[in-house]
Amino acid sequence: MATIATTATINWVAPDYATRLRRSRLGLLVALTPVLMLFVSFTSAYVVRQGLPTLDPRTNQLVRDWIPVKLPILLLVNTGVLVLSSAGMELARRQIKNAAQAGATSSTAEVSFNDEGKMPWLGITIVLGLSFLFGQWMAWKQLAANGFYVATTPSSSFVYLLTGAHAVHLMGGVVALLLAGVFALLRRPVTTRSIVVDVTAWYWHFMAALWVYILCLLEFAR
Amino acid sequence: MATHEFAAQAHAHAAPQGFIRKWIFSLDHKVIGLQYFFLALTAVLVGMFLSLLMRIHLIWPTVPLPLLGEIKPETYLSLLTMHGTIMVFFVLTTAPQGGFGNYFLPIQIGAPDMAFPVLNMLSFWTTFLGFVVLLAAFFVTGGAPLHGWTGYAPLSALQSAGPGEGLGADLWIISIAIFCIGALMGALNFITTTLDMRAKGMTMMRMPLTCWAWFITAILGLLAFGVLLSAGILLLMDRNLGTSFFVPLVTVNGQLTGHKGGSPLLWQHLFWFFGHPEVYIAILPAMGLCSQLLSVFSRKPIFGYKAMVYAMLSIGFLGFMVWGHHMFMSGMSPYTAFAFSIMTMAIGVPSAIKTFNWLGTLWRGKLRFTSPMLFAIGFVSLFVTGGISGPFLAQPVLDIYLHETYFVIAHFHLIMGVASIFGIFAATYYWFPKMFGRMMNETLGKLHFWLTFVGAYAIFMPMHYYGMAAGLRRYSQGTEVAWIQHLLPLQKFITIAAFVTIASQFIFVFNLFWSMKKGKKASDNPWEATTLEWTTATPPPHDNFGGKTPVVRNGPYEYSVPGASRDFVMQSDEEIKKKH
Repeated sequence: MATIATTATINWVAPDYATRLRRSRLGLLVALTPVLMLFVSFTSAYVVRQGLPTLDPRTNQLVRDWIPVKLPILLLVNTGVLVLSSAGMELARRQIKNAAQAGATSSTAEVSFNDEGKMPWLGITIVLGLSFLFGQWMAWKQLAANGFYVATTPSSSFVYLLTGAHAVHLMGGVVALLLAGVFALLRRPVTTRSIVVDVTAWYWHFMAALWVYILCLLEFAR
Repeated sequence: MATHEFAAQAHAHAAPQGFIRKWIFSLDHKVIGLQYFFLALTAVLVGMFLSLLMRIHLIWPTVPLPLLGEIKPETYLSLLTMHGTIMVFFVLTTAPQGGFGNYFLPIQIGAPDMAFPVLNMLSFWTTFLGFVVLLAAFFVTGGAPLHGWTGYAPLSALQSAGPGEGLGADLWIISIAIFCIGALMGALNFITTTLDMRAKGMTMMRMPLTCWAWFITAILGLLAFGVLLSAGILLLMDRNLGTSFFVPLVTVNGQLTGHKGGSPLLWQHLFWFFGHPEVYIAILPAMGLCSQLLSVFSRKPIFGYKAMVYAMLSIGFLGFMVWGHHMFMSGMSPYTAFAFSIMTMAIGVPSAIKTFNWLGTLWRGKLRFTSPMLFAIGFVSLFVTGGISGPFLAQPVLDIYLHETYFVIAHFHLIMGVASIFGIFAATYYWFPKMFGRMMNETLGKLHFWLTFVGAYAIFMPMHYYGMAAGLRRYSQGTEVAWIQHLLPLQKFITIAAFVTIASQFIFVFNLFWSMKKGKKASDNPWEATTLEWTTATPPPHDNFGGKTPVVRNGPYEYSVPGASRDFVMQSDEEIKKKH
């Protein structure tokens, strides 16, 4: 037996900090899926292309044109810088999260990368991130100096492709951190900045792990 | 400002008043939905015009057209490429998901907006930019590309491969890449909103099937568009940086191109890993919508709600397992082809479940033959007709004969094109009252339905026969090919049918714009439906429910409930106590 009642509603309330944080983290998790698919796709192309022979028109024989690239040592240094930046990012995330939880009731609570008496982890992370990108650029120059350009051999094409695609994604993280810094200067609520930093931190860790994967692929599957 | 905070503030305060913030760079999912809808409408008119030029050329290849002159074979291939690209990306993907999904997903789950409104706005404008870049290909030196919407390498990877393969092809790839980014932003929003913003009581298994369809479509997009993007990046590198991902040792006009060792099949694998799920990205929203409409206008609960959900999930999953059936002609191992063939046939199972459930919903219903209902039934018809030729093509031995013929064109136009378009029409007639506050004209709607329904069959049924009789696709001048001369009357018939069908679409366009101004005023729930969009004002207020959030107590398809005072119980009505 059913009856019809007045349509039920409740008053709408703005989402609180915990809800916003959860939603943003979920959004990030979803956003990482296509990034993962992009690199999975590049990897499958890498594996397929590596195994393909090509026809030598002079001898009419099938030959391999895949010349393994000796990676610059600088990439290892860059890896160290990125891992350090990931640690700095985590400290920045925890720092601002504590501030946000403490100041959730006060929308004007202040934490920025020049807060007195506190380590400016956010600023340190940005500097390390930019150092990594600069290091990657230098590694490219070393590759070119050794005669490996984008089209020299399919393996060098992939080195430039994978490092370049990763760098572009990391730049997105740097921009997000700069945005968090700008928010601090504009005195935006600490909760908002905390969410931006939190989400960027997880993204940053993902980028660090992705870089280690790329390096392993390029080094151990040459 | 973080997007979620923007959303919170946007709805805690009054709606934006300025024209720019209200209608151009709006954060309101409803406005963004309308923007997507009108973008798709523009795109479909362009795509339709291109198809008309193609049909004319197929019959009268040397006749000069006003302003355009004589269409050359290479121009025909450009028309073919641009028609396919526009229709697949900017119509079939854009309208059902970006348009209606954006407008109605938040309302149907009881949310005030999408999870990330700024991202939503960026998603639309990125898609819009992609469309502009694509159209720009017509106006650059060499014109639009001629490699087809599938962009097979090495044709698409070599600038010297033909007219249109220079800057035009670069713009084509860039446009697709931009579209992918826009679609990914949209998918992110759909998934997060569905998982995290449902109203109290709106469990996943109380969601309307439309929401399930948009949700699954978003997941497919999330997994598929990243792969297409990667393929596009590799293609751009082959074209502009001299790499050889897709280009083998090949000569153009007797000259070596400098590429070597690349694999055209690698492109095909990457493309079709996206391309087959794309078919479901286009049609799943229509499946969800038609399930909804058949229930509403049969005044019966949907037959087998859970089975419908699991069928859609199965279709989405299997959709990623069958890309190789597009490549039976590539010389793949017969064992691999067999595996792809079996998986493809398997999709017939969930598809049949859905079809029988639709028929079960109609069976002994109190049918109301409104315009949206007619288009929903038309969808079922087209889905079956277009789908039944799928198992033919899924068999490698048959596909080898049929693959390069019009049989394939007829198959995918019916199942992916026309069936999905019928879903879009059904959605427009159904939700127009909620979106614009007025009813569309029913007489014109029914006239539009019958002309389009008969017209679609008149175009695509003969096309199957043309294909079976070895009428080859992509040939621009079939009039010059001896073995298909006797089939020319069939092509003429198809062209005339296309003329009539395309002309009848202007009835819809007229009805759409006329009804916005002159249509009969709509009540809040003109169809006597149960889902949440019909509980709110028409058109919905800025925050969808006027500062309230609905509480959901019932499933989405409670029609003809025994003992109820009327023949439908809304989702937010008092909970139905069912006898067990």
